Amino acid sequence: MNTSVPADWYLLLSAALFTMGVIGFLSKRSLITVFMSIELMLNAVNLSFVTFAHEWHAVKGQIFVFFVMMVAAAEAAVGLAIIIAIFRVRGTLTVDQIDRMKL
Amino acid sequence: MDGMILSLILVVPLVGMGAILLLPDRGKLSAWIALLDSLLTFVCTLHLPAHFHTQQAGFQFEENLPWLSRPAIHFHVGVDGLSLWLVVLVGLLAPVGVVASWRAVQKNSKAFYALYLLQQTAMVGVFVSLDLMLYYGFWELSLIPIAVLTAMFGRNLGDGAAGKAALRFFLYTFLASAPLLVALLWLYARTGSFDYATLQAAVASGSLPGWQLGWVSVAFLIAFAVKVPVLGLHGWLPDLFSEAPVAIAMIAAGKLGLYSLIRFHVELFPAMAHRAAPWMIALATIGILYGAMLALVQKEFWKLLAYATIGSLSFCTLGIYGFTAAGMSGAVLQTVNEGVIGAALFLMFGVLYESARTSRMADFGGLAKQTPRLVTLFTIAGLALIGLPLLNGFVGEFLVLSGTFAGVSRSWAAIAALGVILSAAYMLGAIQKIFLADGQTNGHAGRVARDLTGMETVTVGVLAVLMLAIGVQPTVWTEAIESALQTVTHTMHAQGVSPVRMESGTVIASSMGGRQ
Amino acid sequence: MNEPMLFLPLIALFPFTGFLLNGLFGSRLPKALVSTIALLFPLLSFAVVARAAWMVHGGMLLPMAEVGTPTWIAVGSFHVGFQFVLDQLSLVMLLVVTGVGFLIHLYSVGYMEHEQGYWRYFAYLNLFLFFMTVLVLAGNYLLMFVGWEGVGLASYLLIGFYIDRKSAGDAGKKAFVVNRVGDFGFLIGMFLLIANFGTLNFHQIGAQLTGHVAISGAAATLICLCLILGATGKSAQIPLYIWLPDAMEGPTPVSALIHAATMVTAGVYMIARTHALFDLSPTALMVVAVLGTATAFFAATVAMVQTDIKRVLAYSTISQLGYMFLGCGVGAYSAAVFHLMTHAFFKALLFLAAGSVIHGLSGEQDMRRMGGLRKAMPVTFWTMTAAVLAISGFFPFAGFFSKDAILAAAFQHGTLGKALWTVGLITALLTSFYMFRLWYLTFLGEPRSAVHDNGHDDAHAAHAHESPWIMLLPLIVLALLSVSGGWIGIERFAGFLEPVTGLAPVSDAGHTELFLSVLAVLVAALGWFLAHLFFGRDGEAAEQAAQSLAPIRRLLEGKYWIDEIYTALIVRPVQWVARFVLGWVGEWTLVRGSAWLLAGIVGLSGELLRRWQSGNLRSYAAWLAAGAAALLLFALAGTLLGLNGFADSIHWAVR
Repeated sequence: MNTSVPADWYLLLSAALFTMGVIGFLSKRSLITVFMSIELMLNAVNLSFVTFAHEWHAVKGQIFVFFVMMVAAAEAAVGLAIIIAIFRVRGTLTVDQIDRMKL
Repeated sequence: MDGMILSLILVVPLVGMGAILLLPDRGKLSAWIALLDSLLTFVCTLHLPAHFHTQQAGFQFEENLPWLSRPAIHFHVGVDGLSLWLVVLVGLLAPVGVVASWRAVQKNSKAFYALYLLQQTAMVGVFVSLDLMLYYGFWELSLIPIAVLTAMFGRNLGDGAAGKAALRFFLYTFLASAPLLVALLWLYARTGSFDYATLQAAVASGSLPGWQLGWVSVAFLIAFAVKVPVLGLHGWLPDLFSEAPVAIAMIAAGKLGLYSLIRFHVELFPAMAHRAAPWMIALATIGILYGAMLALVQKEFWKLLAYATIGSLSFCTLGIYGFTAAGMSGAVLQTVNEGVIGAALFLMFGVLYESARTSRMADFGGLAKQTPRLVTLFTIAGLALIGLPLLNGFVGEFLVLSGTFAGVSRSWAAIAALGVILSAAYMLGAIQKIFLADGQTNGHAGRVARDLTGMETVTVGVLAVLMLAIGVQPTVWTEAIESALQTVTHTMHAQGVSPVRMESGTVIASSMGGRQ
Repeated sequence: MNEPMLFLPLIALFPFTGFLLNGLFGSRLPKALVSTIALLFPLLSFAVVARAAWMVHGGMLLPMAEVGTPTWIAVGSFHVGFQFVLDQLSLVMLLVVTGVGFLIHLYSVGYMEHEQGYWRYFAYLNLFLFFMTVLVLAGNYLLMFVGWEGVGLASYLLIGFYIDRKSAGDAGKKAFVVNRVGDFGFLIGMFLLIANFGTLNFHQIGAQLTGHVAISGAAATLICLCLILGATGKSAQIPLYIWLPDAMEGPTPVSALIHAATMVTAGVYMIARTHALFDLSPTALMVVAVLGTATAFFAATVAMVQTDIKRVLAYSTISQLGYMFLGCGVGAYSAAVFHLMTHAFFKALLFLAAGSVIHGLSGEQDMRRMGGLRKAMPVTFWTMTAAVLAISGFFPFAGFFSKDAILAAAFQHGTLGKALWTVGLITALLTSFYMFRLWYLTFLGEPRSAVHDNGHDDAHAAHAHESPWIMLLPLIVLALLSVSGGWIGIERFAGFLEPVTGLAPVSDAGHTELFLSVLAVLVAALGWFLAHLFFGRDGEAAEQAAQSLAPIRRLLEGKYWIDEIYTALIVRPVQWVARFVLGWVGEWTLVRGSAWLLAGIVGLSGELLRRWQSGNLRSYAAWLAAGAAALLLFALAGTLLGLNGFADSIHWAVR
């Protein structure tokens, strides 16, 4: 058991991934990249859930991860569809130009 | 029968509404259903005075069924002398409104009559509810059809004036009712009950915190004052009268608000009402003159009627807040009178409006020969409005003025009485402009005008007979009203509230004095 | 013992039935039936009155009140019923109202024969009789007020009878509204009576006044002044007389019945009926006397220059009513009522005769286009002559006795009374002058229809014809009454009325009265002489005199510009205030303005908040991140401050 990686490392990784996601979300102009940043943040949270579940021997955290993954999958399906629709209408995926709150 | 008559009155219009919605919108089918249904409702409401015991205090025909247990809302309805004639009035005006819409509403009559009948239920509900949450529901419900029907069937749909009038009415009344809901919930939080009698006892016991209760009563007052409307809060009225279909305009003002003022302000919060009274008396007195003077210079009849209505409703407010027996009886009677007279005038000018599409009085002129029935009935209704003795308007005005004069203030009553001069001037002016030769005879409007049809003549004739009947035998009506008001005055005396005595020019001083 | 049945309500209900029948079905009935209905019911009512008078003659005691009258208004302790009372005063009034009323109905059948709306006319006329009898029979003020306003309504309808004439509509409206000003006073007076006596019943108030319950002089004065305002409205006195001249727009028989014989005397009747109260207030009596005298003089001066035959009579009516007020004001109520009665005879006759002239000339009312009608219309001429002599106060015509009684009473009423008497005497001179002016211009001289400028000559004095017998019969009856109506004498008349109007002022030695009477007749003769001088020879002297007095003439022809002054001082300001102060400042600025202000504030804040919702994804994201960071910092700060976690931080923050 000593060989195992300490929980702190996982959490640090999770925090780093989440921060990268936030920065990407705020700074990137392409809608696709923004979308990917969201996925990155979700997975960072998933990682911390799993870490705590393992640390405290509680199964709830892992169940939560499944929920998040499911939501993420649905979101990816719906979100990508919206992105395609926007691209068809507008011909661009630059977030700064998509501010009319309608197609 | 007595045990469920009120439910019946509430349900019959809803049944009619259901029938109209289910059956196809073909020809006059919806109108006929609405007419028969509203006549049936009227017959049901007549059951009330026939079996009403004048000598018996308290509510009659009561029904009290638990509806929700948490929050504790009951289907609790009942009628006393105060609401008795108002319920009958709603029943009477329902078929009148249908007759008034008979020719005016052609398109989409299904929606019109369905909402119209819904409005009937809502209004009766307001008058009979003894559970405040139930009351609030009916109160809000009574606002919606007015706004929707004005927006859908208004006169000037093209340039958006009807929509604006509907919106203005909706905003005025809804914004004013929002604090009412908050106040109701506060009362419920403190007492755990929406029941009228329970709340009345709780307020009277003095166990509720004083300054908050003051704000609660103000919330009640404003919600009702807007609906009456009291002077200053009447911004919605002239527009609505100009734009709403006749059947809607004739029920929009007056009785709901005035009844609520008595029942849920004066009776529920006697001490606070007493404090507000000097202000209300001043507003009412000024309102009488304000309405009459503005009516004097209007060019359009609907506007004239709107300001005349403000003046005549101010008489009711004056009577209510004087807290004298004569004044309050007069106020309730005048509320009924205003409904009857207003309905007749609305219907009759509506006939002229339908053919000429204008309400400018100068566009008519010299119609008397062409429309003998119309001019006769119009003159009778006009004379009733300006308080000719032996017609109903006089009794109400006389009682209010004499009560105010004896119990409240001689100078304020004298100022209010000046209204009788002005009202004669504007009403006879209107009659002259529309029906008599006025220099501009034979305009387009005059040529296309038609006389009343048989159905319209009968309808207005019934109203005219009623005006005469109330004017000659007002005791039949005031007896029941007085029986209810004795309870009111008894409650008020129990809480040390006596008629407001005002000397001229001391409105502010006396209300400050009342606060100490 | 059996109380005699008087059937008082029938007196009022008969004409009402006539009104209902003609009003509802008249348009579909043949003319003959309409007139039968219209005549029958007033006649029935007169029969009931005459029967009552007969019973009184036979020794029945008055007053008689109907028993078991139905309640009208009852609230709390206040209680008013439909209560009819017959006493000496109302009996006299009723005889005049129903008697003269019936004669004028009869006359109208001829006069109105060719008018459109024949049935409508008679329906209104019967309605008037209904309200007038209610007014007279009323046992309390409120019921009197019913009649009071009701006759105003009938007057409004009849003045405006010619519905295609704008002037008629205007006149009707003016009459009603001006009367409403008076009614306002009556209403306030009633409220004061309720406040002081707790009742509006004549009998109960009278009992309280004679009993120990005293009322302060100031209160009595206040009540009386309010009632006086009411009386000046109905009886066309200063300041509210302005409606009566315009009321001549109505058909002439209406002017005779309503605006001369009956309705306009209601104010005098009311004051006589309330005299117990007026007796308590010398101030109020003085006001009545001064108002009456001023009106009498003022109206007589205007009457001198009028050219419309009906307008002369209208101002004459105002002037004669002024005499009646003078009589009331000096406490000679019975003399006032006496003059009321004789005036009803001769003034109704004057109007009917004038109507006969107008009828004969197919509608011409301008005296400048009359003249020389004596031959063509002998009956009209002779009856009119009787009336002119009566109103001028020649012995032994009716007007002499009653006017003399009033002037004598005024003469004996102290210093003020002497002054009033002087004005009254001058007015008598003027009266005689303008009446003979009318007489000369209308009946004597040559027909002057030639001055008519618009070609066609069907309506001219040269082609005048006498009226049908149905119009002449009332003229003859009224002429007989105008001659003999005063022969009963003021002493016997006052004696009869004494139970109601109280003792007449004590008269001095007979020779003063004799002197006054002779003086009055001499003055009347002087008036005739002057009129003869000016108008007896086709008006050349009149023209010269008029030119030398041009400013006065203009003043009189302009009727002192009272109408214009009222318009400028009252009507215009009210309209101005309504339109600009209330309409613009009140309605637009305050009511609409406040709504717009509220809407504006909401709209503006929405406009500001809208900018936040830019639609830019990254700005939303930045706000989201900033919010999350703020929450994190908040929790961390709590930990650093030694609080136990997030919940405690919140608790600390809201404390």
